[in-house]
Amino acid sequence: MRILIYAWEGIKIAFEALRSYKMRSLLTTLGIVIGVTTVITIVSLVQGLNKAFANQISAIGTDTLYISKMPWIISSDKEWFSYRNRRNITVDYAKKIKQSATLVQAVSPTLMTRRSVKYAGTTAEKVLVVGTNADHLITANALPEQGRFLMNSDIRHRKAVCVLGWDVAKALFTNVDPIGKRITVGGRKFKVIGVVEKKGSMFDFNMDNQVYIPIGIFQTAFGARWRSVDIQVKAISPAVIEDAEIELTGIMRRLRGLPPGKENDFAINKQSMLMDTYKNLTNVLWAVAIGVGAISLLVGGIGIMNILLVSVTERTREIGIRKAIGARKFDIMIQFLIESMMICALGVVIGLLVAIGVAKIIAATTPIPAAITLWIAALGVVFIVTIGLFFGIYPASKAARLNPIEALRYE
Amino acid sequence: MLIELKEIEKTYEIGTVQVPALKKINLTIAKNEYVAIMGPSGSGKSTLMNILGCLDTASGGVYSLNDNDVSAMTDDQLAEIRNREIGFVFQTFNLLPRANSLHNVELPLIYNGTPASQRKKMAQNALEKVGLADRMNHRPNELSGGQRQRVAIARALVNSPSIILADEPTGNLDSRTGEEIMEIFETLHEVGNTIILVTHEEYIAEHSNRIIRLRDGLIERDEAMN
Repeated sequence: MRILIYAWEGIKIAFEALRSYKMRSLLTTLGIVIGVTTVITIVSLVQGLNKAFANQISAIGTDTLYISKMPWIISSDKEWFSYRNRRNITVDYAKKIKQSATLVQAVSPTLMTRRSVKYAGTTAEKVLVVGTNADHLITANALPEQGRFLMNSDIRHRKAVCVLGWDVAKALFTNVDPIGKRITVGGRKFKVIGVVEKKGSMFDFNMDNQVYIPIGIFQTAFGARWRSVDIQVKAISPAVIEDAEIELTGIMRRLRGLPPGKENDFAINKQSMLMDTYKNLTNVLWAVAIGVGAISLLVGGIGIMNILLVSVTERTREIGIRKAIGARKFDIMIQFLIESMMICALGVVIGLLVAIGVAKIIAATTPIPAAITLWIAALGVVFIVTIGLFFGIYPASKAARLNPIEALRYE
Repeated sequence: MLIELKEIEKTYEIGTVQVPALKKINLTIAKNEYVAIMGPSGSGKSTLMNILGCLDTASGGVYSLNDNDVSAMTDDQLAEIRNREIGFVFQTFNLLPRANSLHNVELPLIYNGTPASQRKKMAQNALEKVGLADRMNHRPNELSGGQRQRVAIARALVNSPSIILADEPTGNLDSRTGEEIMEIFETLHEVGNTIILVTHEEYIAEHSNRIIRLRDGLIERDEAMN
């Protein structure tokens, strides 16, 4: 009860002090404002980037593994050269994996090349030609919007059929139904059997600028010997992805004839690898946010401490009066700590408002959905309390220790 | 006995030199006395007042106030004693400049945890006693010197202390206003308060019933008045 009464008194005094010295209070809070704005802007930016990145790579399912000669993330030229010399991965691996793996539902070998695609005088340049099998429907989520996707019989009989990506279909066929039409892909004729629904793009890669053909045809048309096949494997559920990876590693080692103790000469890629790399990048941003924020909050805190020391000196007589009529050390201490926290609070609130503004501008002018979330605001409260307490303690205890007789005599 | 000083000593250390301000003072003051403490500057009257007001502790001897030995109390315990037992009236008023009369008078009650509604009532009551019922919402700079001192007296009274300790209360006032203030003290004495007045003005001291004269840290004379 008592603490509430003089804490309220402390709030009133601090409010009065802030009002009496508006300019001084505002300048004092500037350091905190800059610190809070920086930290919160970077935090909201990173969160926005996270969201954007997660959206971008959502096309790579968390339940899909990509067996390849090389890993997606290569950190040096030297590494690249050592991977390059690995034996190629061949199409029949896919069949064997499908036969022996228990944790996978679909396996599709893929080969890719860029060719131009023509139909009745219209040409689409640099279309990604994907040689694959029927399972690609599942591993790459290539759902047909019109017609159908490649089927096992197409693959087995090496039929000259193709399925178009959304943009390719739009580019070649206006007001004409593409199904059944004959188009030229890299100089060879193919019959269109389907169009895949719009998939969007991942970063700069347009997933709709593709043509899917049976992998056997691909090999005879565009060469097979020197190409290494990438195998997409969809696990039966995202939950078993790690077990599926272990199983696949075992199968691959057997197919490759690797004796125990010998290193893998293939890579099993997955979405979390990209996620990890990305997180390493954003960790740098976090470090910058923490560094800049810590420095400006330190400077801001010292500013608060400085102005409080001035305030204690200016109000020495007031402290003397309060002590003479019965204020204890703790009461005086609380009064100045509250003042310290209120200056901080002013800074944090202004900083938050500025940061919200900045986040709105970023969200409006860039594709990054930067936003201030509730926990960031909670972070603000933590700032107020810790900085206010930490930098307020020295001036407050200085005030509390004043000798009442000398304080009353102070002019 | 309300106040009992036994062999109270106070020595200040200035550098390596020991300066005695009070030399073994013995003094008793009963409830409802009206005492004036007089003496030239350097006589030790300020030191004695600070010790009586529990703003300072003696270097030696025993001070008991209301049968409590305050000689060995901590700073915080002394603060509580000051809050409960002592009402200060200073020469320079010592009001908080940014607070109005009512808030200034409420101050001692804030530090003993009196709830707001009761606090306001008590402060209003005290201000009425000193004739300032119509100046409650004025700040010190909107009041005359005499009015300010009356606010200070109301503040000293509000907690019903055992002692009202006035240090040159008329020192900053003209003689007519000073007389008005002395009349207030007289009335307070009549209704049962104990008043200790520190002054160097003979005509102010004459309002009291007992004059204690100090010189060189010793009681030179202690005489009852009529």
